[in-house]
Amino acid sequence: MATDALPPPGGTDTSPAQPTTESFVEVQESAEFGELRRTYRSFAFPLTVAFIAWYLLYVLLSNYAGGFMGTKLFGNINVALVFGLAQFATTFLIAWLYSRHAAAKLDPKAAAIKSRMEADA
Amino acid sequence: MSAAYAAYPTVQLAADGASEHRPLIITLFACFVVATLVITVWAGRQTKNAADFYAGGRQFTGFQNGLAVSGDYMSAASFLGIAGAIALFGYDGFLYSIGFLVAWLVALLLVAEPLRNSGRYTMGDVLAYRMRQRPVRTAAGTSTIVVSIFYLLAQMAGAGVLVSLLLGITSDAGKVAIVGLVGVLMIVYVTIGGMKGTTWVQMVKAVLLIAGTLLITFLILLKFNFNLSDLLGTAASNSGKGSAFLEPGLKYGATSTSKLDFISLGIALVLGTAGLPHILIRFYTVPTAKAARKSVNWAIGIIGSFYLMTIVLGFGAAALLKPGDIIASNKAGNTAAPLAALEIGGGSGSTGGAILLAVISAVAFATILAVVAGLTLASSSSFAHDIYANVIRKGTATEKEEVRAARWATVAIGVVSIGLGAMARDLNVAGLVALAFAVAASANLPTILYSLFWKRFTTQGALWSIYGGLTSAVVLVLFSPVVSGKPTSMFKEADFYWFPLENPGIVSIPLGFLLGWLGSLLSKEEPDKGKYAELEVKSLTGTGAH
Repeated sequence: MATDALPPPGGTDTSPAQPTTESFVEVQESAEFGELRRTYRSFAFPLTVAFIAWYLLYVLLSNYAGGFMGTKLFGNINVALVFGLAQFATTFLIAWLYSRHAAAKLDPKAAAIKSRMEADA
Repeated sequence: MSAAYAAYPTVQLAADGASEHRPLIITLFACFVVATLVITVWAGRQTKNAADFYAGGRQFTGFQNGLAVSGDYMSAASFLGIAGAIALFGYDGFLYSIGFLVAWLVALLLVAEPLRNSGRYTMGDVLAYRMRQRPVRTAAGTSTIVVSIFYLLAQMAGAGVLVSLLLGITSDAGKVAIVGLVGVLMIVYVTIGGMKGTTWVQMVKAVLLIAGTLLITFLILLKFNFNLSDLLGTAASNSGKGSAFLEPGLKYGATSTSKLDFISLGIALVLGTAGLPHILIRFYTVPTAKAARKSVNWAIGIIGSFYLMTIVLGFGAAALLKPGDIIASNKAGNTAAPLAALEIGGGSGSTGGAILLAVISAVAFATILAVVAGLTLASSSSFAHDIYANVIRKGTATEKEEVRAARWATVAIGVVSIGLGAMARDLNVAGLVALAFAVAASANLPTILYSLFWKRFTTQGALWSIYGGLTSAVVLVLFSPVVSGKPTSMFKEADFYWFPLENPGIVSIPLGFLLGWLGSLLSKEEPDKGKYAELEVKSLTGTGAH
């Protein structure tokens, strides 16, 4: 299997020295990387499930709850429009939340591992 | 998704008064073409190696790439199609916008950063990382090219119809000429400018599109004293459908099958975006994963604002125009936005109307050109890097040979799509775009996610998932009412459909995920633990990233 896994051809697209596979395995099994993976996954995965469920709820309500969606709230603004705009709002909110989480919790951990591995390589 | 509505070509009437404004429209088109050609030549001079050609030298900022991503994503029918769908079907047209936007969260949370960290030039780089190179590269290249060609075809067919409508050209020869012109320009952009030139073209286009939309939105809101409720009320009563116009159901609520179709479409939209190769390769144009994250954030902001404006544009068109006039100009409502621009500028015959119509038409043209260039680049990159360099030449090709192959592939793909586009100009393109999204979600997304996050994923799983998702999506569309059996089908006279839905997503997407899982479980070979360690650590930390 490893025989036809080719190393990327060299060229001017320079990348830092590549650590060995052994050191990648070592880092992958380390507590520090485990912590980074957990911090990422425990945030991104549930949030993904949540926004997809929230979106599907909207799709299903549009399909099967026409009466509710047509309820007028003020003037000609009905529940359907507010629900749709709420999808926009939650999308902006989740993007902001994730970016804040990534900058505060993920980037420093990732940078520490990266600089150490590249220095060792 | 662009051209979902772009072409129902049965109605060939020119947009109201388009022909009298033709000189102005053509002047603006020409300005855009000249400006983008200058950019392309300038970018071409700076394109020296493979990383320049494929990834724009990885020197773009998060903001620049965010603009370019938006430019790649907001195609002609996002602009004309969604506005038109809202103008005709009211609220149901707006449902598209939401799926297109929410989809970006999948890209942001799960795909953009890991892809940037672990890949180099193509989607195949990430899919094949842990796997046996040749079979998985072949599969990734195939699905990249299939998705891009379907999407491209829809844009080309849409280009012929839309530009013809806007310019008032009705002859077949004229339409073929326009498809040919679009094709030649896109070949020039991509072969000369590579990713650098294409990225700048996307940025220019995105700015024009946003500026044009902002202007019309502002003028429409001004007319209604910035009272949205008033605007909606006028649209509802003017549409003749009353408050039903502001509620879901006018387009998709008719039967239980159409409701199921809507769910299928909704799933394909939200899961398709993060599997579109021409969007994914944009993340290689920035230096780091952090910049990739910034690009997506800018894209979400820009695309979100744009879709919010389409509400005003669409309902504005419904409020300002007679529904009969919109349909008479184009059955699918594609000319609603330009017609609304004409009306808000003072109506047919007025200078203000003429200028606004010309501006909007030029923006639509710029949009089509930029999107086809992005799609062509994605497919020729994948051919050269995945199939030519790694499968045919088994990694022995030099960088120069690889880029030369990419340029020739661009010419070939351009010629093929001019040919297909010229033939497809009378086809209903909705099926093609829905197919592109459904294939992206069924074949690409499962493999991307499994590759990045599931350690037991194997080569066999990847192949089953890519080919299974691809085949099931294509076959289901082939036997759907999109292709035969209905008055709106591609082949109206034939009738061989048995799959009731227009969008295959609800079946083919779960199938893609299922096959990836099953293929891995039943696989005789063990997953490569070392390679997975490399991919996982790289994707989360950026260690050794190009």
